[in-house]
Amino acid sequence: MPEEILRLERVCKTYNVGLPTEAQVLHDIDLKLERGEFLALMGPSGSGKSTLLNVVGLLDRPTSGRLLIKGEDTAALDDAGLTRLRGHTIGFVFQYHLLISAFTATENVMMPMLVDRGFPNAEMVARAEELIDLVGLAKVKDNPALSMSGGQQQRVAVARALAMNPDLVLADEPTGNLDSRSADSVFELMRDVNRKTGASFLLVTHNLDLAKRCDRIIEVVDGRIQT
Amino acid sequence: MTAGWLPFEWIAAVRFLREGRLQTLFIVGGISIGVAVIVFMSAMLLGLEANFINRVLTSQSHIQLIPPDQVARPLRGGGGEYEDAVVQRPSQRILSIDQWSTVVARLHAMPEVTAVSPTMSGSALAIRGQASRAITLTGIDPASYFKIVHIPDYLVAGNAKVGSEDIVLGVELAKNLGASLGDKINVQAASGAPTALRVTGLLDFGNKGVNQRNAYVALRTAQALIGMIGGVTTIETTISDIYAAETVARRIQASNNVEADSWIATNAQFFTAVQAQETSNSLIRLFVAVSVAFGIAAVLAVSVIQRSKDIGILRAFGATRGQIQRVFLIQGALLAFVGSLIGSALGAGALVYWHAVARQTNGSELFPLILERQLFVYTAVLATLTGLVAALAPALRAARLDPVEAIRA
Repeated sequence: MPEEILRLERVCKTYNVGLPTEAQVLHDIDLKLERGEFLALMGPSGSGKSTLLNVVGLLDRPTSGRLLIKGEDTAALDDAGLTRLRGHTIGFVFQYHLLISAFTATENVMMPMLVDRGFPNAEMVARAEELIDLVGLAKVKDNPALSMSGGQQQRVAVARALAMNPDLVLADEPTGNLDSRSADSVFELMRDVNRKTGASFLLVTHNLDLAKRCDRIIEVVDGRIQT
Repeated sequence: MTAGWLPFEWIAAVRFLREGRLQTLFIVGGISIGVAVIVFMSAMLLGLEANFINRVLTSQSHIQLIPPDQVARPLRGGGGEYEDAVVQRPSQRILSIDQWSTVVARLHAMPEVTAVSPTMSGSALAIRGQASRAITLTGIDPASYFKIVHIPDYLVAGNAKVGSEDIVLGVELAKNLGASLGDKINVQAASGAPTALRVTGLLDFGNKGVNQRNAYVALRTAQALIGMIGGVTTIETTISDIYAAETVARRIQASNNVEADSWIATNAQFFTAVQAQETSNSLIRLFVAVSVAFGIAAVLAVSVIQRSKDIGILRAFGATRGQIQRVFLIQGALLAFVGSLIGSALGAGALVYWHAVARQTNGSELFPLILERQLFVYTAVLATLTGLVAALAPALRAARLDPVEAIRA
């Protein structure tokens, strides 16, 4: 039986609780994701996709409901515990690449490992170079992060998301800012990594063609999953 | 970035500072100027103070012992009489210190006392031909006195030899009397016969008034002139710790029948001036440090806003609040430390230049160049601590940033 990586049970998210501006963004979300699954999350703007991704990525806490990562209930974890679990289990690919401009491509890929272990070492460098190679950027590995094209930056972001061998990669419209050729190439890269590493992917996208190439499509409308 | 000994926080701090080059350059410039001002002022004040103390203490003793003031006591009235308690202060005769050789022996026995010299001082008249001048005559024992007051250092002509028939004069006094080396002058005290003494040396103390009055003779000669054979009016003393002079003086006074005046008490005005200068210097230092701290805090606060996306990314990838906080604290400390090094060099350079340019009227240095390593170490440590404190608020703000908001910013 495949391992369950993610489970959401009746997860709600409400902002500004108790204030006149109170707004419920997620309503009773139930969701399961198994190891190696590649899931597309679709929905109109403002439907709650990014909020859902932030909750799943442990960047935000649900207002109610249960969120389990690899069977561990996250409600009991404090900020440090969430940070540790996030660092070791989840990788992120953001829409706007979001590389750290003060570092090179390889250094950006090293960053999650460096943050986790404290000091740089040869093993980290080798792992980062291996990932840079995997995303086909060996030639520009020492280039400053922002001197690369959008497609290249997003490839670096994918490599960075894989640095800690995560069980789950959350990608928030990773191809939204790329031309169709680059978008296709980045998507194929993620699909390839998914097959090779067995990491589960939760991909937020507006691109139906890409979504159709995923294992499953889930649609979020007004903070609810449409079945 | 390869394998290395620098932890993540240091690597990130250095890279962030390096990337914001212009911002870093400006704030380091500001810190350097502030530190330079502090170093320059502190070192110059230290030099001026040391120079004054050196000048004072090579021309006077640390503690001077004189006979206690003579006081008048009202006579007790008989039975049934009332007395009017108006007591006039008696005129002070020149007196010898009671049992002065015993006092000298006691002083020699004190471990903190380094030199003791009995002297006889009084007023006299110096006469040569038609010219006569009132002088302050000091009878000295050259061997012990020169250890206390460095008379030979002030010689401009002749030598400091004072035999029983010799006299050493201030240059202005010699000029007024029309006397030069080898000439004889008559010296007469109020009670005594005139004595002819030969001028063997001329002194310049750098003070016209002193040069017009001071004259030195052998102790026995002064005793004979003033009419106090075997007596001394003053015992001059030096001690090992000049700043303990007041305490030692009080102890000497308590155990001997003398009045003991320390150089600190006799130069009270100087100390008041030094204290005032130190207070204003401390205030200036404080304000400079505060403005430097605000500068660092302002730059880092802006940097937190500029770096909010980076902070969000780092938090998303597992950086703890503590790690983020340290990245900004290190930046504050680094800015201040580098600024303090450059500022110290600038301050020292300015001081060396000012030392070379600012001269007294006779061409000698205005103040000695004192650049103690301690001053630079203290400055660097204090500046770094100031940087850390200044970075505290921005660092806390960075650590508290919500990663979702930061990434969205």
